[in-house]
Amino acid sequence: MMADFLNQFLEFSLVGIASGGIYVLAALGFVIIFKATNIFNFATGEMMMFGTYLFYLVDTQLGLGWVTGLGAALIGSAALAMALERSLLRPLIGRPAVVLVLVTLGISSMLRGVATLIWGPDVRQLTEILPRKPIFLGNILIPGKLAWGFIIVGIVAGLFMAYYRFSRAGTAIRATSTDQITAESLGINIRGVFLLSWGLAGLLTCASGVITGAVNGVTPQLGGVALNVLAVVMLAGMTSVGGVVIAGLFVGWIETISGAYLGASWQSFIPYLVVLVVMVVKPTGLFGERRIERI
Amino acid sequence: MSHPVTSPARAANPVIGRPSAMAEAAAWGLVALGLLVLPAFGSVFVIYMACLIAINVIATVGLNLTVGYTGLLSIGHSAFLGVGAYASALMWIHLGTPLAINIVVGAAMAFAVGLVFGLPALRIKGVYLAIATLAAQYSLYFIFQQWTPVTGGDRGLSLPKFDIFGLGDTGFYYAVAITTLITTFAARNLFRTRIGRSFIAVREKDYAAEVLGINVVHTKLIAFGIGAAYAGIAGALLAAFLRIVNPDQFTLNVSVFFLAAVVVGGRASIVGSILGAIFMTLMPEMLRFVLEHAAGSGADLAGLLSPLREIVFGALIVGFLIFEPRGLSGIVERMFGRSEAVEARQSEH
Repeated sequence: MMADFLNQFLEFSLVGIASGGIYVLAALGFVIIFKATNIFNFATGEMMMFGTYLFYLVDTQLGLGWVTGLGAALIGSAALAMALERSLLRPLIGRPAVVLVLVTLGISSMLRGVATLIWGPDVRQLTEILPRKPIFLGNILIPGKLAWGFIIVGIVAGLFMAYYRFSRAGTAIRATSTDQITAESLGINIRGVFLLSWGLAGLLTCASGVITGAVNGVTPQLGGVALNVLAVVMLAGMTSVGGVVIAGLFVGWIETISGAYLGASWQSFIPYLVVLVVMVVKPTGLFGERRIERI
Repeated sequence: MSHPVTSPARAANPVIGRPSAMAEAAAWGLVALGLLVLPAFGSVFVIYMACLIAINVIATVGLNLTVGYTGLLSIGHSAFLGVGAYASALMWIHLGTPLAINIVVGAAMAFAVGLVFGLPALRIKGVYLAIATLAAQYSLYFIFQQWTPVTGGDRGLSLPKFDIFGLGDTGFYYAVAITTLITTFAARNLFRTRIGRSFIAVREKDYAAEVLGINVVHTKLIAFGIGAAYAGIAGALLAAFLRIVNPDQFTLNVSVFFLAAVVVGGRASIVGSILGAIFMTLMPEMLRFVLEHAAGSGADLAGLLSPLREIVFGALIVGFLIFEPRGLSGIVERMFGRSEAVEARQSEH
């Protein structure tokens, strides 16, 4: 009895952690924009969704194969993100935070509408890019797509973090997030950093979207997943790139566990409980900078 | 320092002078008269739309108190409409109380629930309220949907017919019209009181407001609570109007609708809220009209309409914020030749 329960719990846990990997990439896309530009991007999920549809368009609808599809989706998402920054958010620099957040909400509504208009409201299945064969760890079974998705997430997140840590551009982003004026006076091109961070967020959200889509298919509502990403970001502390990884896996885990033991409808509710608890107990999140001001 | 804002501000402010006050009173009178005689001329559809617009006006004014005047972003406004709707529906079904009491209870419940979600977020500076209200949106939807014994789950609650003033649908219309007039007028006058002015002070510069002796956290909480209470009033009316309450009336899309109404009408403007609510309520109808003529018959209009609505909502929010930050009220004021100096002085929020 006990062993069975333990086994099952372990299985759910591993599945949860693997699905949490998806949140990690999207949350990194959110954090990079927030750090560099101070914009709270509510369109993160819709950027994910749109990248996935681009992949679907090139891979399945145009029949160009998944390698071309992935390349086109990544480039397209980055280009779209940069275009949004340049055309809609750049003119609003210096306006109050409320205005910028409202604009990202407007963008998310537009992207959702455009995707529904083009691809319709129904689920579209992507081609099988991830192996379906389940992986066994002793008695524990992990669905193959999830496991491989998790591995890919790990690689992408690792690459991104190395880039962020060691490259010149990554250093420029970090300098900008620390102090914009000082960074600018030291010769860093702030506008370039803004564009770059949106471009990177486009790449990250697209990658996370394609992996999500490969597991569950894609609908215009895929962006709703990103609302869980907010829970991840809150838990990690808004500005912590490393914390996002741990928080993402945790949120994925607790979501799956609560879904398995309490029923599926709890799944959509638990992340918000996490948000509220974090806000009450520790608004800086687990790994956040002490940037938060109480009044 | 008992009246930090009023007297100097009024002396330097040519707009709140006597002549415009006369004009304003005349405008209020005209609106009230128009609402009074509307049922004599309007068809059933016109009365239906008028009720819907009036209810949306209340909700939009409430959101504008929070977003426009106090600068706090709430993206879960429709959840508080839901609280008011469910509270009043339950009162009516189980206790059979009159509509006026249901409205008050709906407002009080929405206020209380608003405080529960606002309290953790408003102690912290920044856009945390946006996240907390998003959490409210999803948590309350979850409760509406799952607490089946009370809320009726997905199927929701059906309400028996109200009969107000013994006039049937027209009576209900008058109830809505009167409530809308009172709440809108109250919101307008709120900004002549200490509380209302402290909202604006907090928005403009919270540190300065604190130095002036305003308790910033209290002020934010009250502003957010009043906004939620307005949503509760609108929700209570909506429940009585549609005579059905279910979770799908209170989704994120509806909240975005009200945000769009605030932005399109003009933030921090009561007239703007009214214009915005009218515009946004009629917009889907206009869209349908245009589509029907453009696409001809037989096209899949329903499938086209809802994504188009999302695109137009989003585009309106973005477009107005970039090109006309003061919304329709800004356009109207320019048409009536308010001086540019006034506009320049009203710094952006």
